[in-house]
Amino acid sequence: MTPRRRSTLFFIFLLLPLGWRAGAQDWVRTGTNLGAARIRLAAADFNPSSADAQTPALKTTFDSTFYNDLNNAGIFDMVSKSMAPPLMPASPQQMNLAAWAAAPSNAAMVAFGSIAVTGDRVAVYGWLFDAKNPESPQILGKQYNEAASQDNARLIAHRFADEIITRLGGGIPGIAETHIYYVSARGGNKEVWQMDYDGQGPHPITHLGTISLSPRVSPDNDRVAFASLGRQGWSIRMYSLLLGRLVSFNSLVGNTLSPAWSSDGAKLAFSASRSGDPEIFTSDANGGNLKQVTTFRGPDVSPTWNPKTNSQIAWCSGRTGLPQIYMMDSDGTSVQRMTDGGYATSPSWSPNGQFLAFAWNRKYGPGAPGGQDIYIMDIASKRWTQLTHDAGRQDFPSWSPDGRHIVFQRENGGGSEIWTMLSDGTEQHRLTPGSGSSMPNWSWK
Amino acid sequence: MRTPHLASLTAFVTLVLVAGCHKKPVPPPPPPPPAATSPAPTATITVAPDTISPGGSAVLAWRTTDATDVSIDGIGTVNPYGTQNVAPTQSTTYHLVARGSGGSTDSTARLTVTGPAAPPQAAGETMTEQLFEQNVKPAFFDYDSYDIRPDGQTILAQDASFLAAHPTLKVVIGGYCDDRGSAEYNLALGENRANAAKQALVNGGIAPDRIRTVSYGKEKQFCSQNDESCWQLNRRAGFTLDQ
Repeated sequence: MTPRRRSTLFFIFLLLPLGWRAGAQDWVRTGTNLGAARIRLAAADFNPSSADAQTPALKTTFDSTFYNDLNNAGIFDMVSKSMAPPLMPASPQQMNLAAWAAAPSNAAMVAFGSIAVTGDRVAVYGWLFDAKNPESPQILGKQYNEAASQDNARLIAHRFADEIITRLGGGIPGIAETHIYYVSARGGNKEVWQMDYDGQGPHPITHLGTISLSPRVSPDNDRVAFASLGRQGWSIRMYSLLLGRLVSFNSLVGNTLSPAWSSDGAKLAFSASRSGDPEIFTSDANGGNLKQVTTFRGPDVSPTWNPKTNSQIAWCSGRTGLPQIYMMDSDGTSVQRMTDGGYATSPSWSPNGQFLAFAWNRKYGPGAPGGQDIYIMDIASKRWTQLTHDAGRQDFPSWSPDGRHIVFQRENGGGSEIWTMLSDGTEQHRLTPGSGSSMPNWSWK
Repeated sequence: MRTPHLASLTAFVTLVLVAGCHKKPVPPPPPPPPAATSPAPTATITVAPDTISPGGSAVLAWRTTDATDVSIDGIGTVNPYGTQNVAPTQSTTYHLVARGSGGSTDSTARLTVTGPAAPPQAAGETMTEQLFEQNVKPAFFDYDSYDIRPDGQTILAQDASFLAAHPTLKVVIGGYCDDRGSAEYNLALGENRANAAKQALVNGGIAPDRIRTVSYGKEKQFCSQNDESCWQLNRRAGFTLDQ
């Protein structure tokens, strides 16, 4: 008996540290396309190579946008501006690679170039050099020429940054030219708005004067589907970004909500209530070929397609009480529950098909103070990771097309704001300046 | 090795159980006096809003701890924790008494009804929004639920009889949710609430084509504070005239 007890005790001591580690698993970092070893990259201030009066203002915008884009990418260890040599090489001839490769900048790669305004045009020459390969350092050489404006200075910075991110980030295109669609109550009514991925240039898309929610841009960036309240209730409406106006969409009217595009742009899934009970439906892109997919008592809402195959849909269902995340084939078969309790809503399927991001309050109940946080779940194993902690209520996560970022809604004390983070939960920052912004949707390209 | 060990354990457990059972009859009948350490019950009751006009309604919310018997004067025995819709015609003080093994505690809440009582309506009178609101009351729901509660059934039965007496009226039922949870999910839940109320009216003999439903989810709130009495006011199926 005694040796047996001793060995049992010893085994418990062995297990204890494991138990503590399991308790801390909330803080484990995981994500998609986020390499472990980040490339040490320096972005030189660009050389102002014209005397035009507009040059300094455009250069300032270009330099800060370019640095932020590379910094936001999530795959670089950026050399801070204060550590970089005080040089602005305008061309490969002026480049002194050794100065950048040496301490304290220790750059493995250097991006540099020139910006010049001539008349009403702005021209940018940009290079990317490998500091570890002085014999043949050039990786990229690009030139851009656009009408001189602040918007175009930002656009050129986004394009050159995306070239570098694509080249050094395993061939996955950068996201600096993408947009975020969202709901803003800034004008008094909830309307659909658009902004650049970094929060710049926010502007309204719709002016309907009612409540418009759940904007979802089509994969070709042509149309935005959203839900809007009319006299007869909620319906899906469709706005053409190319035509700048509403276009026809044959929607069920009543309680038709939360549209979602398939990644080929051919189908929409949404929630509709033909019988008085909200169910998931699918239709063609014009609203035709309507099919009811679910028949469960209780709310069924917020579908999202598996963008890799378009043969599966995840959604949020209250069929057993508090809302949970479920997954099914897009014809309604093979239903499986993904979350094991709490209050789980607003699923978003990652571009690589591997993960679901969603909002989850695991301690939900009357009087329970639990937070509603963003989680991601590996679909095959159903293992999940919590990405936000102790920062109020989060909801409506949406993946960036490179799968490295998630944009989401945060309510922390005051009103609702749009935030972005890397898909491992790090580098969270706010995109919208004032309260009243919600339901973000990241464009597909 | 394992079997003898298990067997000895079983024998030991059995021995303890038998010994325990055997011992019980020895002491005299169990001592009835309550344990001196029992905490005194606590009780709070609130009413929101605390002032209504005649025909209006308010929500009583109460919470007790360490109580085995909870009652409210005029209402009777209630759960230790709960809410109830009230629509008195004159000012009322609600007196809650919570009794437990540690003693008893009480709490009161005063609901003031302003102005004269609603005049009885005359037949053939033109329907005004005010008259409609006085007679067709909202049904309130439990948290994350669209099941009609007993108090909701009573209210909806009254609503149905009023609508039956005014066969030309058409109504819109709005489904509303409190501010917690997700906006999209709440729009779906509000639709279920509005349809549950519609079904109750249809069961009460009202033609379905007289009733439309619209879910407002958490997009339109009646009360904006962050507490249960306010959340309760927002979880409803409410009626408006369909004109």
